[in-house]
Amino acid sequence: MGSRWEAEWKHSCATAALGRGGVSPADRGSCVGTRCVADLSGEVLDLEDDEDLEVFSKKASRASGRSVVHPPRSMVNQYRLEEDEGGVTTKDIFITVDHPESHVTAIETFIVYRVLTRTTRGDFDSSEYEVQRRYQDFLWLKGKLEEAHPTLIIHPLPEKFVMKGMVERFNEDFIETRRRALQTFLSKLAEHPLLSQSPQFKVFLTEQELTAHKKQGPNFLSRVGAAVRGVTFSVRGVRSRPEEFEAMQEYADHFGNKMASLDKITQRIVKEQKEYLEELSQYGPLYAQWADLETELTEPLRGVAGCLDLCGRETEEQLHHLTEVLEPTLHQYLLCADTLKTVLRRRDHIQAEFEAKNDALTSSSSSKKVDLETLKEEVACLEERVENANTALRGDWSRWGGSMRTDLRDSLVATAHKNVDYYEKCLAVWETFLLSQKTPPCQEEDGAHPTT
Amino acid sequence: MAEDRRDRSGCTSGSEPIEDDLDDNENTTMVGSASTLSSRLEVSVAETEKRSGKNAMNMQEMFTVYLVETRPMEALAEGRNPAPDSLWRRYSEFEVLRSYLLVTYPAIVVSPLPEKRAEFVWHKLSADNMDPDFVERRRVGLENFLQRVTSHPVLSHDNILYQFLTEEQGWKEAVYETGFQDKADSRLRALSATFRVRNPDKRFVEMKRYSDELQTHTSQLLRARARVADRLYGVYKVHGNYGRVFSEWSVLEKQMGDGLQSAGHHMDAYAASIDDILEEAEHYGDQLKEYLFYAEALRAVCRKHELSQYELEVASQDLVSKKQQREELATGSVRTFSLKGMTSKLFGQEAPEPREARLHLLEEQISEGEEAVKERRAECQVHVGSAWVDVLRFRQQKDRDIREALIGYALMQINLCKKGVQMWSNTKECFLKM
Repeated sequence: MGSRWEAEWKHSCATAALGRGGVSPADRGSCVGTRCVADLSGEVLDLEDDEDLEVFSKKASRASGRSVVHPPRSMVNQYRLEEDEGGVTTKDIFITVDHPESHVTAIETFIVYRVLTRTTRGDFDSSEYEVQRRYQDFLWLKGKLEEAHPTLIIHPLPEKFVMKGMVERFNEDFIETRRRALQTFLSKLAEHPLLSQSPQFKVFLTEQELTAHKKQGPNFLSRVGAAVRGVTFSVRGVRSRPEEFEAMQEYADHFGNKMASLDKITQRIVKEQKEYLEELSQYGPLYAQWADLETELTEPLRGVAGCLDLCGRETEEQLHHLTEVLEPTLHQYLLCADTLKTVLRRRDHIQAEFEAKNDALTSSSSSKKVDLETLKEEVACLEERVENANTALRGDWSRWGGSMRTDLRDSLVATAHKNVDYYEKCLAVWETFLLSQKTPPCQEEDGAHPTT
Repeated sequence: MAEDRRDRSGCTSGSEPIEDDLDDNENTTMVGSASTLSSRLEVSVAETEKRSGKNAMNMQEMFTVYLVETRPMEALAEGRNPAPDSLWRRYSEFEVLRSYLLVTYPAIVVSPLPEKRAEFVWHKLSADNMDPDFVERRRVGLENFLQRVTSHPVLSHDNILYQFLTEEQGWKEAVYETGFQDKADSRLRALSATFRVRNPDKRFVEMKRYSDELQTHTSQLLRARARVADRLYGVYKVHGNYGRVFSEWSVLEKQMGDGLQSAGHHMDAYAASIDDILEEAEHYGDQLKEYLFYAEALRAVCRKHELSQYELEVASQDLVSKKQQREELATGSVRTFSLKGMTSKLFGQEAPEPREARLHLLEEQISEGEEAVKERRAECQVHVGSAWVDVLRFRQQKDRDIREALIGYALMQINLCKKGVQMWSNTKECFLKM
């Protein structure tokens, strides 16, 4: 099992495309030994290098060179191509989530989404599939994937219905935001080199009825399942976490904090902007009202009222961008931070299990030989599991990092662009007004020309 | 003194030719508009200073003084650059000057002073009178006031005004000697009195309505503008938090760090930029405020007309009734029901001597009354004539000034937008480097 993983990562390394969707430092990808780590000079996750940890000391100043990494750049950029409206264009699969519809049964009311898949993948029988899925179905898929790949980083699902925001479950905006997040979820899965090959993923996209599949599956009470649900039944925690994962934990914590802050700030900006818009909408018409009182001044006063109205509309649009593009992205990455921490916990748990069994092995007095042999086998198995989990996490961490960078960069760039656009449009509005006011210079009256 | 008829170009009331009859104030002159004070003298309010002194209650207080500078236009026209004459004035002295002008020229829409206290402030703007920004805006406002009155066709010839500009010490005495203080009080009373005038000049009725509406609109506008400024301030300032968090985040990231950090700096700059933007925008607010206060001055002129007209009507009515009494007395006939009439019918007429005495008294009163009516009518007509000319002048000035103010406003918005474009373009560049 382990070697197959290594081989796959090796392969990825060798064929990793260099384009980063924009800017990329000079190619530094290479494979070092049997363990494939992104070797990026200066970025290298070099375990011997204590410098790594300096980054997270409280005294780290911005000025000092940022040492390590976290996360290193993506190695699977080949899977990420440009994004368009409907979904992500990958090499071979294209998924959209749309057409939210209300379904009413005797017991409950819920929303159902249409999931449309177009693919050229050989392992799919057809090239197009259309299925109906509800939120619960997505939850099921995620659960299955977590079971099978406990230390892979799976993009978060939108949250369940949350009371505090006073958001009605069937409120249009809520549904739309959720729809987009669900689409992103599936697109991210499709991009993932391992998860996209998962049988449950295929089932989810292709089978009309999921109920049958939902009943199948491994014993939920298996240890892996328990780990997935975050319940650690083993008495002891992990003894010593390798430094690289320690560093990941710290990164996840800090990153989570930053995302939470950015999310909050963005929400605050939205709120302030809405209030600004409200006041603006009261202010503009006052000029028009004054215009009605005047004669000579009617035209310029109406002009100003018109400008304010147009600027108000531009402000609304800019607001939409914040709420529909930037905010959801930040929010998703806030959820990602939690995913990172969960994944690290699971890895710890796997290691703890191994350590527990290993302790049992080393401490047990040689009783029955048969037991010892079984124990040794179990320990070996668990050890391999730890190796696999670590490798998977390591690799996926780097992939996730690249994806995160691209997503956040794109959102921020789009936001900045939108703002530039906003100011340019408002500029044009006022310049047009100014042009309309160009009149020939008026004659000065003798001695009665007041200065302002 | 004879009035230069050229000034009365706007007069359409059909009133009789105006004679200038403003009290016996030796300080007033009516001269042609061509030679206003401003054409002879360059006036400015150049500096401000803080002083301390004892006030009326013998308590120490801080106040600001303003340096009023004057230079002869002739010298400037010849290209020379003489040192200005100057003197210091407090805001309260400006108030006295204006009060004097209001009382002395009731037919003129007198320019207002900049506000006494900061009003319509958005929350970060200081409402403190000693705040340097407020003092600076007030300096500009006082300069504007002086420039307006010194270029006014009528006001600019006032001697008290001239002394205000040129005599630091003697001015106060001179202005109080004019006795304007008493008139100021009665003027204020008259402004708020209620009386029914039967036949006011319709143009002034219309103007008064206009002044009320102008006041309403400008004050609403100023209030809304302050609220908008407040909100805009909030939007910009919150972006400063992006700056902070981007910087913190940049520490975590190797690849994105540089881009994030410089983006953060731009966000800080963006948040800081609103302070200057809004401070500059106060100039526009001041322009609107000037016309808010002008509305009051316009209203006062209209009210003065109503008062004059009313007094004329009262005097006329009084004359009519006195004439009626005379007629009744002379002919013994009673045209209207009166107690006198009844008693004379019942008890016979009075003896001739008291009746003659009363008739004689009435004749005197009637002749006085006729004089009074003549005077009042003349007053009224003079006022209507001069006032209407100035109202038209004011209207033209207002149209010009407000249009300019709106253009200035547009320029400010353009400036704000250009800054925004630049800042976000820079930020976008930084993000692209992430």
